[in-house]
Parts: sequence; structure tokens; C-alpha cells
Amino acid sequence: MADIRLEKLHKRFGRVVAVRDVSLEVADGEFVVLLGPSGCGKTTVLRTVAGLETPDHGRVWIGGRDVTRLPPGRRDIGMVFQSYALFPHMRVFDNVAFGLRMRGVPEAEQRRRVQEVAELLQIADLLDRYPAQLSGGQRQRVAVARALVVRPQVLLMDEPLSNLDALLRLHMRAELKRLHREVGSTTVYVTHDQVEAMSLGDRVAVLRDGQVVQFGTPPEIYDHPADRFVGSFLGNPPMNFLRATVDPDDGRLRVEDAKFQAPPAYAQALAERKGQGVLVGIRPEHVALEGGLLRGEVLVVELLGAQKLLTVRTGEHVLKVAVGSDRAVRPGDRVALDLPAAHLRLMDARTERALPRGGP
Amino acid sequence: MTVRRVGVYAAALLLSAWVLLPILLIALAAATPREDLYRWPRPLWPDRLSLETLAFFVRQESVLAALGNSLVVAALTIALAILLSAPAGYALARHRFRGREAVQLGILATKMFPATALAVPLAVAFLRWGLYDTLLGVALVHTALSVPFVTLIVASVFRGVPAELEEAAMSLGASRVGAFVRVTLPMALPGLAAAAIFTFILSWNEVFAATLLTVNHRTLPALLVHSVVAEGAPLHYRYAGGFFLVLPALVIIFLIRRYLLTLWGVTVR
Repeated sequence: MADIRLEKLHKRFGRVVAVRDVSLEVADGEFVVLLGPSGCGKTTVLRTVAGLETPDHGRVWIGGRDVTRLPPGRRDIGMVFQSYALFPHMRVFDNVAFGLRMRGVPEAEQRRRVQEVAELLQIADLLDRYPAQLSGGQRQRVAVARALVVRPQVLLMDEPLSNLDALLRLHMRAELKRLHREVGSTTVYVTHDQVEAMSLGDRVAVLRDGQVVQFGTPPEIYDHPADRFVGSFLGNPPMNFLRATVDPDDGRLRVEDAKFQAPPAYAQALAERKGQGVLVGIRPEHVALEGGLLRGEVLVVELLGAQKLLTVRTGEHVLKVAVGSDRAVRPGDRVALDLPAAHLRLMDARTERALPRGGP
Repeated sequence: MTVRRVGVYAAALLLSAWVLLPILLIALAAATPREDLYRWPRPLWPDRLSLETLAFFVRQESVLAALGNSLVVAALTIALAILLSAPAGYALARHRFRGREAVQLGILATKMFPATALAVPLAVAFLRWGLYDTLLGVALVHTALSVPFVTLIVASVFRGVPAELEEAAMSLGASRVGAFVRVTLPMALPGLAAAAIFTFILSWNEVFAATLLTVNHRTLPALLVHSVVAEGAPLHYRYAGGFFLVLPALVIIFLIRRYLLTLWGVTVR
């Protein structure tokens, strides 16, 4: 086990900057998810940790050792690829034992450790098969077993679930979580699926355009997005954003022709912005359908099982509102939305970055 | 069956006949006893078959020597061509480097020089280097002829092995070379074998350079051309020789036809 430290990693491919001065620290035994849309550089960061890419500048430390210039095989890592990358010409046993052979582990020890990890991943009865004879979920397990059997200091996973169908993905997600609890290896996991990130990560690093936009625990990132991008990328449906002005007299937020109380934590930031515009973010589940002053009309009602998702149009905005599925709402209903102060997240109207919060 | 399908089958039949009929006629003639061959009118299907002509052909010392020469040249050509083409093909398949397109185009462009234009300078150069009338000299020319094709074939073979497999091997502790030897090579082997056999056929069938660059050490095609053109060899000798030239190519193509199709980017299941 070991910690990972990335120091100002920078990587360009031709004229495209894939990773822009990324610094990140992953604690020993921690499960960190790199989350972002495709092309944000998350996979390049992972491959740099693995040694499959060499950074233009910046350093990679694993367990206090500078591995920036070391080839992948000498970094003591295990990697699970999106395509699984199982060796088609070897049986499952030889696939799993590959890393042990490379390390010169004696035959008997090899058999014992392959057996051990095969039981952990419930593939013990598949060891004699070839990869082509396995289902997608089984291949996934073999890929994880092959990476784990060498007891790497660091486990790296590149979108390991994205080739599985929805149901299997749900199952394997829980499996990976169990596995991490049992094995406890430091893990870096790349995904573009925010649900996966929230469910698996001890901490999540949200990347965009080769930069880390926010690095925090899932609740932190969900409740206090660092900017509009994070707010819209996490959560399904994404956070609502409304344009508001800070009332110069009472410091309240004016959205269209309605006024709302601002959260006290932003008092200082708002005091400097009297009469100016701010961006108000609120999660769909926190918008109240009545009791407020923001008038709107329900356009669409979608029943999503446990909840109903409404699309509401006000004068200038279109909002998503989530309510209980037993709530009777119909398209065309007129509503008066309330935006509870406790759930409002304020951002700079121009930079779209979260305003500083003071106090509670 | 629709008219369209009938048309397709008819065309396929015609094409096959165009290729196969001469081969069949040569084979029949080669298996016809000598005296029947000169009978007139000659029956389309011979009354009796015998191996007499073929046996006579093979028993000649010059033929045996030429056969040996052909095999040596082919083996040398395969070794040289693979040795040169495999690294080039691997680089083209795996790496994006400056001038990659140009290299690929340049490889094809070498095929644009007609061998006839190169023949005289080549002969002169070989005389000067002491390569004239040597098997190595012929093999070198055959290598030059086959390297463009083999490089492109090998590149497509390596492209068929996902780079992620090598990366996986490296992440598990293998070096770059180790990953190639343990993972890429075994998977590319059938394709490489097909490329080798392709080279063999190319060398086996090559007449022009072999005729021009040898006097005493002729390969089989060169010997046949020489004996037919220069010495006016009798009919049965020609048929037997033709049959011997066609046979290995035919057998080998038959054995590897599935690979050849996949090599050209078509997968038949």
C-alpha cells in the first residue's frame, strides 16, 4: 500500500494540452475517482500514473518514491483497462498468473495466489477457459483478478464498467466497493459516470479541460459545487441555475419579479455585490412547488419511479423540479416556486465560480 | 434465384474458368504420356495417364539443382524480407511519428519503378559487387520486390493486435520487448506466417530478375525460361515444367487463403 502524489503534471499531444498542471494527493488506501466528460484528460492522468504516458513536466510519486521516469513494470501498480485487455491466447489461469511470472514468483506460490484471488473474485471455476469463452462480466472479474494478484501498491482502473450492460454494471459497482474494503489498496478510478463516482469514491476529483476543477468527498462536491460546470455535471437531473440580482437595499436575491432570502453564509460576498448580478444554483429536489413568489407553469411531468420530475417554465428560466411520485401534478398547472435559502448556492455571474462562504 | 444472382454466379464461374482451365490443361498435359502428346487430333481428355513425363523432368540434374536453388533463394528472401519488414510494419502500426504517411506512401511508390528499367544498372552493380550469378544476389532482388508488400501486410497484422494488450503486459511487469515477445508475437504469428508464405510464392514465381542475374545458378523459373526460349525444349518438357511451377503456389494459396483474405482487411467467417 502506498500514497500517490502528482506534482504539476503537464502533458500535450501535438497542439492539444491534455493535462494542465494537475496536482493531486491520494492517501494510502484511499479510493479516488477521476470524473469528467470525455476529453477532459482523466485517462491521460491515470496513464501517466501507470507509466504508459510520460509527462512533459511534473512528477509522479508512489509511496514516497519518484517514479516519473520508471517504466510501468517497475512502478508496482495493477491496472484494469476499459477493454479488459485480457490476453486472448492464454487461459484465464495464465492471464492471472502473468504478473507473478514476470516477477519470478515460484510455480507453487503462483498456483496458490491465483487460486486465492480467483476465489475472491468468484472465477475459480473459469481458470481453464480462454477469454473468448467468457461473458463480459466474467472478463471484467478476470481483469481485476489479474491486476490484484500481484498485490500492487496502487490499483488503477480506467472506466472498467463502461462495457457492461446496465444491470451488470450496478452489480459490479457494488462488487468493486466490497473488493476495495477487503483488499484496501490505494485506488485511482477513472469514469465519466457521476453516479459511479459518487457511489465508489472516498473522494472525487472533477476534471475539465485538463484541470482539476474540484477535489472533495462526494457530499461536498454534490452540495457545494465549485462552479457551474460541477453543479451541472453531477446529479441527474443537474442543478438548476437562475440569474439573480442582489437587491441594494435589503441584500435579498431578486429572481425575475420575486425576491428570496439569501443564505447567511454568503453575507460578506453579497455585501460587495449590491446591485450586481449573481448566479443562483439549486438542486431539483430542493425547489418547493408552492409557498414562493416565483410564478411558473408546469410543462412536462415525468414519472421516474420513486419521484416525479417536472419541467417548469417561469418568466425567464426553465427549471427541473423533483417531487414525490404521489404528488398530483399535471402539465399546465400553475405553481409558485419557493427557493429555500438553506439550499441556495451562489456563484459569480461572470466567472461562474462559487462565491466564498463565511461562517456556518 | 433472381436474374441478378444468376448473373453473379455466371460471372464467378467465368472468372474461375479463366484461371483454372489453363492450370487444368497444363496438369493434364503433364500427366499425358509423351507419344500421346504429339498425336493428332489430340483428345481433350487423355486416354491414359502416366507419371512418365513428370518423372523424366524431375530426373534431370539441372532441374534438381534449380529446384534446390529456388528453395535456397526463397528461404533467404523470406528471412531477409521478414527481418526488414517486421520492425517497419510494427512501427507503422503502433507509432505516430513525423513523416509516417510519407513512409507509407514511399513504400508503395517503390513499386512504381518498372523492373525492366532497373535491370541493366542492377546487373552492372551486381557484377561490380561480385553478387552476379549468386543465390544471395537473386534473394536480395526478391527481397526488394517483396518488402513493400510484406511491410504493409505485417503492419496490418500488428494493427490487429490491440496496443492495450501490450500495455497490460507492461503494467504487469513486462518490458517493452517482453510484452512484444509474450503477447504480440504469438498473436501475430499466423499473420506473419501468411506473410512469409506470400513471400515464398513471390520468390518462387519470379522470372525476370532470376533470369537476368544468373548464368550457372538458375532458379527453377529461370531454368525453364532459358531452356524453352534459348534451347527450344520439347512440348512435354514445357508442360512438366509449367506444372511444377504452378503446383506449390496452388497448394500454398489453398492452405492460406483464409489468412490472405483477413490480411487485406476482409474478415470472412
